[in-house]
Amino acid sequence: MRRIAAALLGLLVLGLAPARADEEPRRGGELIFVVPSEPPSYDAHREETFGLIHPLAPFYSLLLRIDPTDPNGSRIVGDVAESWTESRDHLTYTFKIRRGLTFHDGQPLTARDVKASYDHIIFPAAGVASSRKGAYVAFESVTAPDDRTAVFRLRWPAAAALALLASPWNFIYSADRLRQDPRWYETHIDGTGPFVFVEHVRGSHILGKRNPRYGRPGLPYLDGFRATFVKSDSAQIAAIRGGRAMVQFRGVSPAEREQLQKALGGEVRIQESPWDCANWIAMNHDRKPFDDRRVRRALTLAIDRYEMASALSKITIVRDVAGVQVPGTEYATPPAELETLAGYGRDIARSRAEARRLLREAGVTEGFRFTLKNRGIAHPYEPVGVYLIDQWRRVGLDVSQEIIEPAAYFSTIRAGDFEVAVDFQCGYLVEPDLDLYKFQSTGVSDANYARYRDPVLDDLYRQQSRATDKAARGRAVRAFERRLVDEEAHYLMTLQWHRIIAQRRQLRGWYITPSHYVNQQLDTVWLSE
Amino acid sequence: MTTGGPAVGSVAVARTPGAGAVLGFARRHPVGAAGAAVIAAMALVAVLAPLLVPYDPLAPDYGAMLARPGPAHWLGTDAFGRDVLSRIVWGARTALSVGFAAALVGATLGAIVGVAGAYFGGLVDLLVERVVDILLSFPLIILALAVVASLGNGVGTVILAITVPMVPRCARVIRSSALAIRRAPYVDAARAAGYGHARIILRHMLPNVMAPYLIMVTAFMGQAILLEASLSFLGLGVAEPTPAWGLMLKGAAVDFAETAPWLALFPGLAISLAVLAFNLFGDSLRDALDPKLRTP
Amino acid sequence: MLRYVLKRLLLMLPTLAGVAVLVFVLMRVLPGDIVELRFAGESSFASKAALDLERGRLGLDAPLWRQFARWIGGLVRLDFGRSLWTGGPISREIALRFQLSLEVAVLATAVAVLLAVPLGLLAAVRQDTWVDYAVRLFSIAGLAVPSFWLGILLILGLLVAFGWLPPIEFTPVYVSPWRNLAQLVWPALAVGYRYSAVATRMMRSAMLEVLREDYVRTARAKGLWPRLVLWRHAVRNAMLPVFTVIVLEFAFLIGGLVVTEQVFNLNGLGLLFVESIAHRDYTLTQALVLLVAVITVLANFVADLVYVWLDPRIRYA
Repeated sequence: MRRIAAALLGLLVLGLAPARADEEPRRGGELIFVVPSEPPSYDAHREETFGLIHPLAPFYSLLLRIDPTDPNGSRIVGDVAESWTESRDHLTYTFKIRRGLTFHDGQPLTARDVKASYDHIIFPAAGVASSRKGAYVAFESVTAPDDRTAVFRLRWPAAAALALLASPWNFIYSADRLRQDPRWYETHIDGTGPFVFVEHVRGSHILGKRNPRYGRPGLPYLDGFRATFVKSDSAQIAAIRGGRAMVQFRGVSPAEREQLQKALGGEVRIQESPWDCANWIAMNHDRKPFDDRRVRRALTLAIDRYEMASALSKITIVRDVAGVQVPGTEYATPPAELETLAGYGRDIARSRAEARRLLREAGVTEGFRFTLKNRGIAHPYEPVGVYLIDQWRRVGLDVSQEIIEPAAYFSTIRAGDFEVAVDFQCGYLVEPDLDLYKFQSTGVSDANYARYRDPVLDDLYRQQSRATDKAARGRAVRAFERRLVDEEAHYLMTLQWHRIIAQRRQLRGWYITPSHYVNQQLDTVWLSE
Repeated sequence: MTTGGPAVGSVAVARTPGAGAVLGFARRHPVGAAGAAVIAAMALVAVLAPLLVPYDPLAPDYGAMLARPGPAHWLGTDAFGRDVLSRIVWGARTALSVGFAAALVGATLGAIVGVAGAYFGGLVDLLVERVVDILLSFPLIILALAVVASLGNGVGTVILAITVPMVPRCARVIRSSALAIRRAPYVDAARAAGYGHARIILRHMLPNVMAPYLIMVTAFMGQAILLEASLSFLGLGVAEPTPAWGLMLKGAAVDFAETAPWLALFPGLAISLAVLAFNLFGDSLRDALDPKLRTP
Repeated sequence: MLRYVLKRLLLMLPTLAGVAVLVFVLMRVLPGDIVELRFAGESSFASKAALDLERGRLGLDAPLWRQFARWIGGLVRLDFGRSLWTGGPISREIALRFQLSLEVAVLATAVAVLLAVPLGLLAAVRQDTWVDYAVRLFSIAGLAVPSFWLGILLILGLLVAFGWLPPIEFTPVYVSPWRNLAQLVWPALAVGYRYSAVATRMMRSAMLEVLREDYVRTARAKGLWPRLVLWRHAVRNAMLPVFTVIVLEFAFLIGGLVVTEQVFNLNGLGLLFVESIAHRDYTLTQALVLLVAVITVLANFVADLVYVWLDPRIRYA
């Protein structure tokens, strides 16, 4: 059996006292939290927004999940799976399903439900769209030989297999419900999670109460929860400040962190972590002069990432200088090696001189004008855009910014209607398969907006994805990174996002992770008063 | 605004304002004159911006982020360490150019449409009226969004986005004034004399709706500045790093409202002062030219 | 009179039809598409095939004329259809928010009328004195201050002065009238002030106009007690245009309070509007635009009707 090793995270936990042995979790109470976005439907297999995960994850179970008590947020443990084995050829995963789990409508959960749920995602019925199917190309079949056994067969070894089966989106649904109507879960809720759905008032809140028949004895600690939808950032902060809500689980800005600390003092606790999201700059290879590697390299060389980190971390949600993996995690490039990549050197004057030389060589004249298209989102897109424009000005480029209204943003950049655009990549787990997928050749990945074809890069992706030992995988990830951001400079990495959670003091048992998509079942969360 | 009341336009023949007229206006309408003075001062500051400001409005200073107002930065600095005063002064350029351009284009197009409707009457008028009705009952934000989203943001697009909702408003007011003129004997005389439509409209009708037209232009200028600020605040206006008042109220100004209130305070004051000046001037101008006209 | 009413009602139809066509076309001209937004937004894995499938399900791959016909066909049967974003019936999506928006509009109108009528009256009677100037400055400033800025300052001021923070959920009036009022009074004040600025100016100028009218002068010449003249004749007539302004602004308030709703965290029609556009939820946006247009057109009609009804000087053929 092979496990994804617990990653060593450069995790910063401020103000959170280490879990003391004498601190006995308390039963009872209602957790009130604000959610910045509301789910369009209830079907996690379809939707993409964390606005679905936060209020609905407590109603469901997954096959595997991220250990909610692991402060690094990387240990994969069973949820409805009691245990599992991996075959020697890495092609078969066999899961034992726990006994005694029941759906909220009283039906017992069996391996059949696991199979039906994964079939719904990987092999959807004709006419049912599954937007995550592409992540599961390695999976050949899912079977349920008996009520307590689920078997996943792979076409080739997949290093990310367990991570993919711990996806927070893959709620386990009832096989009967899905058979009757594959779309039933879009409008209804019926899971095996720690909480039972009570009501959803659209535009207002979702209410859940304790599931007395939850499969884990003694859990959940809470009597219930209330997820209130509050769109405006300042109103969310006001809610925490005024004690109307205890937390917002996505993250707050540095200014909001300070505001709450100043107003609430010891009443608020702050947890911080690098965030597995980053803004990447797409340079359109179909537009001149960005088809020229020298120009793209110049653009990345011009950026002083270290000054950027120290300046922008004070005003927006970015902090660490990083490559393709969250700093401090298993496959991340160590800082010293990172400095050898284009645009990561400590000597910014030298980098800029090199940038100017490359631009001259490529025939790009002083004062060359282009437009940076950016998404109209306050954090961290807009500050990142302002910073980059000034950096490029310093190597003689005259860049203006065009803010694209968020709704038009995807069509604009998917259609290739830009020269240079701010793009992003976000994952639910720090895992090269998830984090690097988008950067494969256009056509292989429908999310490669820079529009290049690079078979070498695709091959490196395949190598890391199918590697059966970690060292080999690490080498492939490193080579992929160097090719992507240095040699070819296809895409330009800015800074790793930085997640800040501000919670009222009485909220306990919840630990920050590098992703705002996981750790939201709330079964181990409790209130101290 | 539309009033369903009777046409209240009156015929006020525009005169070329000489020095005497200006002085007379200032004596009779001191408040309006004060407004005009503020506008003139702002325009001067906008034109001379490069000579006046202490700092490059685009240059960040990461050593002086969110600095309080003080001797080095009179109005403090923003989240990027840029000088707020310099950005406000340069922002006057954006505000005034958008205000003037949008108000002039909007009111002029509206006047032409309104006069044409009144002059031709019949089917043309009916059509004009219906289109005006449609546009007036259409939410402004969608019109603005449609323009910005399909043409991209920038000063030119913002001007267009603000112009679109102004045209029907002006057309309605001008049309009712023009209806009164249409019935005037000299228009019939001109037609009988065989003059072309264009000539009659341009030579005889337009000069006679100059009063409501000027009133609309000044009223629209304040509104255009306000709209530009709102659009920029909503992310539909001009884009960073261009200095613009509405843009300065966005993002960090809200984030740091408590710890760095100068970020929100000064640009907001600049907007209010500019709009107030235009409104005061516009009000007095209306009193002077056409006291019975009801404009928004 | 009856003919006039019928004619006006009939004229609404082409206007509303024009609005319907315009919003239908505009939404489809706008770049952005609900399916890309929803499924390709945060995921790198969504394939083009999956997106096409979803477009088909929402009926977005049908020819435009058929989509339009389907929408109008539903409207004729008073069926607004379903939101593309949530899949729920549009009537239900709107009903929830309508109550709140209506309430804010009513409260704001009350604030505006209570401010505008006495202030406008005072300014007119004391024309060109400091009272007049003060009232005019107060009202004209209301028009000059950007409402989003006023909102930011107001929230900050309330927080610093009273430690007041906006509630996160709406309390309907039938649940707790007190909590409901405590929540809505601030936005009503912020909006009402601006709204009163328009009405005060109208009240003042209408009053001035009436005071110059012959019948008022005659009444004065006949030696009627000045205050009686003022109340019996002048105020009643001056109220006409003020009423018009109030009705039209009221129509705008329902659905037009985008920024105020954001600042005060109110889940009203304005916010729903912004969201529906941000999601490119064609059906919901179309329904909302049409709703706003109907309210505006009706408000115009009511304002005109009252004019005709009350003002003896106007006669329509």
